[in-house]
Parts: sequence; C-alpha cells; structure tokens
Amino acid sequence: MLKIENLHATVADKPILKGLSLAINAGEIHAIMGPNGAGKSTLSYVLGGRPGYEVTEGSATFDEQNLLDMDPHERAAAGLFLGFQYPVEIPGVSNVQFLRESLNAQRKARGQEPLSGGDFLKLAREKAGLLKMDMDMLKRPVNVGFSGGEKKRNEMVQMGILDPKVAILDETDSGLDIDALRIVGDGINAIMRRPDKAVLLITHYQRLLDYVQPDFVHVLAAGRIVKSGGPELALELEREGYAEIAA
Amino acid sequence: MSVSALPSRRDEAWRYSDIDAVTATWPLPAPESIIVPAGGDFRRAIVQDEGTIRQIELVLGKGATAALHVLNIGGAYGRIELGVTLHEGADFTLGAAQIGGGEQNLEIVTTVTHAERGATSRQTVRSVLGGTATGTYLGKVAVARDAQQTDSEQDVKAMLLDRSATANAKPELEIFADDVKCAHGCAIGELDAMALYYLQSRGLPPAEAKKILLQAFVAGVFDGAEDEEKLRALALAKLGELV
Repeated sequence: MLKIENLHATVADKPILKGLSLAINAGEIHAIMGPNGAGKSTLSYVLGGRPGYEVTEGSATFDEQNLLDMDPHERAAAGLFLGFQYPVEIPGVSNVQFLRESLNAQRKARGQEPLSGGDFLKLAREKAGLLKMDMDMLKRPVNVGFSGGEKKRNEMVQMGILDPKVAILDETDSGLDIDALRIVGDGINAIMRRPDKAVLLITHYQRLLDYVQPDFVHVLAAGRIVKSGGPELALELEREGYAEIAA
Repeated sequence: MSVSALPSRRDEAWRYSDIDAVTATWPLPAPESIIVPAGGDFRRAIVQDEGTIRQIELVLGKGATAALHVLNIGGAYGRIELGVTLHEGADFTLGAAQIGGGEQNLEIVTTVTHAERGATSRQTVRSVLGGTATGTYLGKVAVARDAQQTDSEQDVKAMLLDRSATANAKPELEIFADDVKCAHGCAIGELDAMALYYLQSRGLPPAEAKKILLQAFVAGVFDGAEDEEKLRALALAKLGELV
C-alpha cells in the first residue's frame, strides 16, 4: 500500500533522512519509535508533502502511484492522512466548515458527489461521538483555545470524517492524559483497523501501543530504520532505551 | 476635507494616491454630507466597485450612533474618504475591507474628530492585496481639548498575497485632552504557511485553502452591517479572483 525505498530527504539543506526503506501493506499497523532528532517528524512531513522538505533520493509510492509527485491535497484525495504532532490553530475558520469543504474537495477529486450539509453533520456527529468530543467544539474555530489533548482528539475526529486509506500519526499520543490516551487509541482502532487500511504510528512511548497493538515496530535512528521487529520490540525499547537497541 | 486645489503627493492625505487618476476626475463634487441628529442612529453599507473617489462628511449629534461598512474593491483607483465629527457621547463604528489585485490602488482615508466628551469610535480595517496592488489606510483621530473620556480604537491589518503588493497603514493620533483612551494597532503580513499546509493536507486545493484563510481574515468587519450577507458574498467573490 505504502512503499518507501531508500528515501533521502533534506530540510534547509540539512540531510535528515538517509536511506529509509519501509513497506506497509493493507491491514497492517506499523509503529516507528526512535530518539529525538532521528527524523520521525521529517518522515511524516515528507510523506505529507510539506513544502521545504526536499527528497533528494529514493522513492515513495502509495497504491502504485508516485506519492512524491503529488501535491499535499492530491495525497489527501488519494487517501493519505497526516495526524499532526502540533495541530495548527486557524482563527476565524470553523472546524465544520473546513472539514466539509475538505471532504467535498476530496470527493470531487475522486469523482464523487459532494455530501450535503445534513449528511455531513450526521457524519461529523458520529465521529465526534466516537472520540467523545462535544459537537459544539466542532463548530468552534479550528483548534483555537483547544487544550493539547483536545487538539489531538480533533485530529482523530478529522481522520474519522475524512476516512483515509493510510494514516500517518505523528506523536498523536503526546500531550494526552491517561483517559484521553485510551479514547484516542480506541478511536484509531475503530477508524483504521480494517483489512483495507493501514496505519503508521510515530511515537516515543510504549503506552499508546498498549491500546493500538502494532503488527510491526521499527526503530528509526539517524535517518534510517536500524531495527525492525514485532510488538515485543517496543517493550524491549521501553526497558533498555534506544542507546542499547540502536547501537 | 474638501480640497479646492488639485492635491499632489506632497499632501499627506494623498501621498500614496494615483494622482493621474485624481487629476482625471478633478474637480470632485462636493462631499456627501450626513448629519445624524442627537440620539439618532445611522447605518450604511458602501461598496466601491467602479473606481471612484467618494467623500463623506458625517456629523453625529449628542448620543447619536453611526455604523459604516465599507467594501473597497473596484476600479484602477478607488478612494473612500470619511470625515467624522463626534459630539458628546456619540458612537461611531467603521468596518472596512479593501481587496485589490493587478495594479489596483485602493485607499481608505479617515479623520475622526472627537469634538466633545464621552464619544467612542471603533475602526476596523482589513486589506488583502495581490499582484502589484497598493492598499492604503490613513486614519487620523483628533481629540479636542474638551473631549475628555474619549474612547477610540483603530485596528488595522493588511495581508499581502505577493511580495510585489504594497500596504500602507498610518494610524495617527492628535490628542489635546488628558483623560482619553486611544488604542491603535497595525499589522502587515502574509498568509501563514503552516496553516495553508494544514488545510491542504486535509484535501483543500491551494486556491481554496487561501480563500478560506482570507475569508477568515476579513470576517468580522461586516458584523452587524446593512446587507451583511451581500457584503460578505461580494468580498468572497473578489477574494476568489485573487487566489
């Protein structure tokens, strides 16, 4: 579904990713862990097409299409979702308006009919309920005045509404208290754990993986995957630290 | 405000103007005069969409209120000039947006005189400028010696869509009373790159993402306007042409 080969990328001319390869098949959940500065967020932004993140070598394909040739909105329409580590506040733009226009822009790109206002609200209410988020918050400006945990839950509501094929979730667990962590974990499972979908979880900690059991765990260090394994690798990392494992 | 001699760029109030366009329309007709009697309420929406110079002199009697909402979008050169005099306890609100692209030159020039005590004035101006357009706000607030407890505010922001566009903003205070509150804020910037990327990452094409951010930027200036919906729709259509 998502195939990354020998990916090299620079940010402001500084090499960050140095030959990263990873293949994610439908129905799989992968976790990437790694020390600060390893390139985890860079990987998510490169896959999401953020300007300024330049690929210098290698490839990334998504459903056989060259992902790196696509603009960010085209990647979204193709079914890629990026959960931001720091969701952006957008004063003056309501969540509902923004999400409806986004979803309908995606549907248009896929040749589908736009969703009516009523149908959209029904969908939004269902997904907000899944994440135990008050519908009133969805009517407020995007992330403005939201706590760290509310922003992350809002990301998951967006993911639910947009219904992607592949979700790349960049430290979705950071800033969450224990209850919110469970709600977000349950949300990820409910939305994405399907045979035709896949998830790439980027995290520092084992705790999210207690709720969202990964099929594969990878260690990213100095811009490359240095070790891969099953769920037991995350526990090992938690116990021994990156220094031991990545060495 | 009424100028009898043809202005030049040496005149502060015409410094950024398209003097050729001004010359072509000179002499201007007498300014429109509006007098709101004591206790009265006046509201008007003004859409400048054909490249004209509009001059309005507004006098608010004791305790009167007035709200002007302005959308300055049309023509090669469009200027809206307001002279407002506030008597005791009067309240004046201006909500204005000017949106220009190409080589447009758009101006909003205001002089608000707090002549007597206890009057309030609020001016909110938003400019969106692309291409090599120029947008100017010159806003003078004059507080007379006896106009104690004046409360005035100027909130001016401009968004440049291209590095070749120009925004001029000059809030100016001339205060002769000693018990007054006169706030003014001014900011000129570009669309937030991270916000744009965030919107695009959810599926909005770049032009739609820009439009939604610009819509939010000018939103609010038309709150409570006569024809609020029409002003918003016209502003949105003009924004759509720029992105």
